[in-house]
Amino acid sequence: MYLLPVNPQYVESVVEKERPDGIMLAYGGQTALNCGVKLEELGILQKYGIKVLGTQIPGIQRTEDRQLFKDSMGQCGVPVLKSKTVKNFDDAKKIAEELGYPVIIRVAYTLGGRGGGVAYNEIELHEIVERGLKASLVGQVLIEEYIGHWKQIEYEVMQDYDGNNVIVCNMENVLAMKVHTGDNIVVAPSQTIDNHEYHMLRSAALRATKHVGIVGECNIQYALEPNSDRYVAIEINPRLSRSSALASKATGYPLAYMSAKIGLGYNLSELVNRITKSTTACFEPSLDYIVCKHPRWDFSKFELVNRKLGPTMKSVGEVMGIGRNFEESFQKAIRMLDIGNDGLVLNRTNGGNLNEEQLEEKLSHPDDQILYNVARAIKAGFSVERINNLSAIDPWFIEKIKNIVKIEHKLSNEELGKPLLWEAKKHGFSDKQIARAKDKTPDEVRKIRKDFGIVPAVKQIDTLAAEWPAVTNYLYLTYGGTSHDVKIDPGEKGILVLGAGPYRIGSSVEFDWGTVNMVWGLQENGEKNVSVVNCNPETVSTDYDICTRLYFEELTQERILDITEFENPKGVITCVGGQTANNLTPGLAKHNINILGTSAIDVDRAEDRSKFSAELDKLHIQQPRWQAFSNLNEAKNFAQEVEFPVIVRPSYVLSGAAMKVVWSQEELKTYVKEATDVSPDHPVVISKFMLNSLEVDVDGVSNGKEVIIGAIVEHIDSAGVHSGDAMMCIPPWRLNNKTIETITEYTTKIATTFNVKGPFNLQFLVHDNHVYVIELNIRASRSMPFVSKLVKTNLIALAAKAILDKPLPDIPKNKWQKIHNYGIKVPQFSFMQLEGADIALGVEMQSTGEAACFGNSFYDALSKGLTSVGYNLPETGAALVTVGGAQNKEKLLQSIALLKNLGFKIFATEHTAEFFEEKIGEIEVVHKISEPERKPNIADLLYERKINFIINIPSTSTLEKYVGMLEDEYQIRRKSLELGVPVLTTIELADSFVKTLEWLKNNKTTIEPIEPYDPF
Amino acid sequence: MTRVTITTKKSSHANKFGKLIFDDGTVLDGMGFGYSTTVFGEIVFNTGMVGYPETLTDPSYSGQILTLTYPLVGNYGVPDPTIKDEDGISKFFESDRIQVRGLVVHELSETASHWNMAMTLDEWLYNEKIPGISGIDTRELTKKLRNSGVMMAALVVSDTEIDVEQVKKELASAPHYNSEKFMDTVSTKQEEVYGSDEKSVVVIDTGAKNAILRNIRKLGYKVIKLPWNASIEKILSYNPKGVVISNGPGDPLNCPDTIDTAKKLIEKNVPTLGICLGAQIIGLAGNTETYKLKYGHRGQNKPCVNLDNNQVYVTSQNHGYGIDPDSLKDSEFNLWFKNADDKTVEGIKHKTQNCIAVQFHPEAAPGPYDCKFVFEELKHLMGEEKAAKE
Repeated sequence: MYLLPVNPQYVESVVEKERPDGIMLAYGGQTALNCGVKLEELGILQKYGIKVLGTQIPGIQRTEDRQLFKDSMGQCGVPVLKSKTVKNFDDAKKIAEELGYPVIIRVAYTLGGRGGGVAYNEIELHEIVERGLKASLVGQVLIEEYIGHWKQIEYEVMQDYDGNNVIVCNMENVLAMKVHTGDNIVVAPSQTIDNHEYHMLRSAALRATKHVGIVGECNIQYALEPNSDRYVAIEINPRLSRSSALASKATGYPLAYMSAKIGLGYNLSELVNRITKSTTACFEPSLDYIVCKHPRWDFSKFELVNRKLGPTMKSVGEVMGIGRNFEESFQKAIRMLDIGNDGLVLNRTNGGNLNEEQLEEKLSHPDDQILYNVARAIKAGFSVERINNLSAIDPWFIEKIKNIVKIEHKLSNEELGKPLLWEAKKHGFSDKQIARAKDKTPDEVRKIRKDFGIVPAVKQIDTLAAEWPAVTNYLYLTYGGTSHDVKIDPGEKGILVLGAGPYRIGSSVEFDWGTVNMVWGLQENGEKNVSVVNCNPETVSTDYDICTRLYFEELTQERILDITEFENPKGVITCVGGQTANNLTPGLAKHNINILGTSAIDVDRAEDRSKFSAELDKLHIQQPRWQAFSNLNEAKNFAQEVEFPVIVRPSYVLSGAAMKVVWSQEELKTYVKEATDVSPDHPVVISKFMLNSLEVDVDGVSNGKEVIIGAIVEHIDSAGVHSGDAMMCIPPWRLNNKTIETITEYTTKIATTFNVKGPFNLQFLVHDNHVYVIELNIRASRSMPFVSKLVKTNLIALAAKAILDKPLPDIPKNKWQKIHNYGIKVPQFSFMQLEGADIALGVEMQSTGEAACFGNSFYDALSKGLTSVGYNLPETGAALVTVGGAQNKEKLLQSIALLKNLGFKIFATEHTAEFFEEKIGEIEVVHKISEPERKPNIADLLYERKINFIINIPSTSTLEKYVGMLEDEYQIRRKSLELGVPVLTTIELADSFVKTLEWLKNNKTTIEPIEPYDPF
Repeated sequence: MTRVTITTKKSSHANKFGKLIFDDGTVLDGMGFGYSTTVFGEIVFNTGMVGYPETLTDPSYSGQILTLTYPLVGNYGVPDPTIKDEDGISKFFESDRIQVRGLVVHELSETASHWNMAMTLDEWLYNEKIPGISGIDTRELTKKLRNSGVMMAALVVSDTEIDVEQVKKELASAPHYNSEKFMDTVSTKQEEVYGSDEKSVVVIDTGAKNAILRNIRKLGYKVIKLPWNASIEKILSYNPKGVVISNGPGDPLNCPDTIDTAKKLIEKNVPTLGICLGAQIIGLAGNTETYKLKYGHRGQNKPCVNLDNNQVYVTSQNHGYGIDPDSLKDSEFNLWFKNADDKTVEGIKHKTQNCIAVQFHPEAAPGPYDCKFVFEELKHLMGEEKAAKE
């Protein structure tokens, strides 16, 4: 196992070392697939005699290259859209005129439909084509007829080397072809197509995949005209994809596992259905439920972002609701998103009203509110037909939404008798929604409901609709049933581990690692009965073979109580599932659910700023000055007293949601309101924001007496960049020994004071060698897998011991300091997909993922880390430097000089150039994008690819973006991003980047496998 | 962009009283739809996720109350039954009427929409005087049938309260599925001819699905459909290139005339294909034995291995009886297809004569088209391929 960038150079170096016989390309997404094709093109596979296991390279090319794809489909009698591949704008224009506008532009060889778009006229065509040509690895884009209102249907195909093939699942996109499937609301199986259409597309899928030579799994996507059976194949993904993960969880058929076996040469009929363990894997699952996948977008974390949904994927995560009808699985999915909504209707806020014209616009151009807007339109009296015409959503789905609206109306106007309550529950209404309609508390509704005997049934996902007995432990809860499929032995008292829900900005696979490792840790410590609740189809924790029973369910208080009533566990673990799980702690504790690990009372003492602060005072540990407010005037006075900038946040919320750095009175007013909205029950906390300080994270485990520090992690960026967005380094490289000692001492004191039993994370601020505590999170943190892997101590395994009251092993306090490796964690951003989003970093987290690389020096690790997240580290070339503010310029002086010494040409805007020229000699002046008539212009240089990277430090501070958008800087960042040119927006990042380039002149990065965890 | 609006219709006969009463005394409450009446039959389940118009008109379901395991039914409505193809065969249905006695679903889609629909499922059932029930935990019901085997049941749909005890009494005296004779109701009374090609294939109609006729037409033959008890002389009088013994309902032993005909077809080496019930009939004609399965095979996802080349095919199935695998060794047949899950007999080939049979439905409708090659095999038996090559 190597933690290295997935690119041909690094893969070759691993190949050289390991000399493998075979390589699998279908499991690492588009990145791995592209890399595999490159390896073949570079002759590396041939050079080392490596066999591709699974779909062969020509097969991959037949699906990935647009023209080859079209030709192949023609050969096997599968229709495709009229379209043409072009390599320049002039040809694009010609084709678009032939086909007639609107046309869709698709980009060859990119990830998530990146860079494509719909053009309604020539101007739009120009913009999208130019962007697409640059984003494409092969400089090709495809222009085709736009068919947004057609149904979007997908099939997941498995095929072995002998040509046996089956369809594992088909799926239908609710928002039709208009919206990228990654951003679409998707149901499985398809709902609106008949036997003829279903099997016509199925046969075409088998024919097409046989013809292109798929071995293993692939996904084929169709557009089907809603008014006839005319269809076209849109694309084939010759690899495991998001859709395959969804299909695996939707059916219980483990596609990746089976596909890997097939890659090794097994025949489909030799493989056994992993659910029944007695029937063959060469079959097609029959579902007796409907799943609804709903994306999570997190647009609210980005300013200026365009929320419209279209052919470019913008979501950051997804959930899958399972039910016995659409209404139930859909409303479940909404709750699973954990965005504060309790269903489609009857939410805390209704999001405002729209007039008829606005509704029409919103229905024709869907954004993240589309189905809420369908509900609004129904209430506004729009007919199903009209909504269908505007939105292209099939009438069947609109009717289902209409059902939800009808039941909402009944709940608001009729007495809550047993039939109505049953009806509401069957259609996915939560107790909270019902409570809101009836002006009761959710607990009251729960009681009424249970008194009526209305409880959900626990059903199995068994791949064959109950036809054969299945021993499966893959479960969901539904009101569309009268009896449970499984029985729990009353003597059997297990543990329930809550997962993390959807990936989102601020919580990604890290927490799933925590969930899975907690399950394993408990099992290793003798717990035989460990069940998991989670709802994210992309995760390992929702693999049914991880735990005793998997509940693919909502992480809501109502549902967890349903499950605990069914399971009667000895306790629930909420500390490994990030924010979602942790936020359930107080509510569950109030309902007498035993929370394993740190007690709910202690968690509350840490989360409540006032209580936390009082404890720290007792320990004589400093914090930045802060105060809690529920009134704006007091807040203003405080801010004035400590001087802006200040950080404003709710006193009880994790992951930096609604946390803002505020620079002025005016802003303060806005954000105090916003923070109060997110967490209305808790007052707002304002603290002094200390500029020019270092931020430090400590990850550790405690059993209340002993404390094990995983590592002290230093942020490379200065404080203020959210810890999830910051680059981090172990060991700390700028802290002195005394500071480290202080941090260690504080950590031990705090963990024992708060009786931490399990994992915890502490955040410190170091300012002029003074150590301040920012916050304590009594749960697994985002950096724990990183720390665990570098220090070779599985912190979650330790946490499992702590939670079970087992003694902690004897791990030396400073074990982490004795590790000779450097580890660097680098965030991955996806601004490209978020049209309009700014990439300057701030205090609210924006990254969508991360890479961690190890090395034997700081720069060794950093160069690998930067490469992993897509930075190109050039040996020579040119850099554009635009820096705001004299102080920033001064700070960057050394790096710019070094860059020049390294032989890089430096471009700079007028003021920046003036400053540097005086100190280090010749700088080439370039002009702002906003002054296109002045040459040389940044825009031209970018388009001509004359700039390798950009150092763009916003004036005075990155945080000032909240004061006012600096349009030109934003333009630079946005343009360069769209063209794939790296932009460095913090001084620390720029410094490290330049020093990495210097290091690479004289050094080579190391290629070493990661080492296993130390036993304890 | 202006678009044709997709046809959408609403149910008008839903939400009546409905009960499902089993011969073991179990009573399930639901909501009635379709036609208000009481029916008795063998209750079975099918796991296919699409294709209810095809399934409900499949004559093999005669005498049965059908449960669909997919919980949402009726989504895309029902096409126009009067539309016929160029040969005069119903375009979208497998026979001229609904063949099931009653329909059991979890949720009826009260609104349906599809470009090809003419009415809702509810309306169709009403028109054809068939009762349906929704709101049943069909998964629980399926498990019950899986565990106890198929059983007799009554489905009652009524506009007024239902007298359970009365229905129970009636159920006890209703004729049992196993002994029911279906041929008189499902088989054609006289010859029917489709197409005008020179060469012909005779289909012995023991409850034939239209898809069988369509597939033979596609091979380029005139189809002559004859009653289940047509004599060998009658059959041969058409000078057919081959004969197909069709699918159909009930115990194959209830078709002694057809078994007799099959014996003679084998003897005379007339190229013959048996499908489903037809396969059992051919099996019985060649010395195998048949038996009743506990709860049958009904679905569209059944894997079958072709023992000729070890390829696995996903097949559409609907049968409650099967050929006893143990009886094969002393019979005139070799095993051709085997069910990959429970190893039951899915296809046989005569050791010496031009006779093949499959237990699954190569004609699909509903279900996958993967096994259309079986019709090509028939063509091969008829020596047509060779002739074409020469």
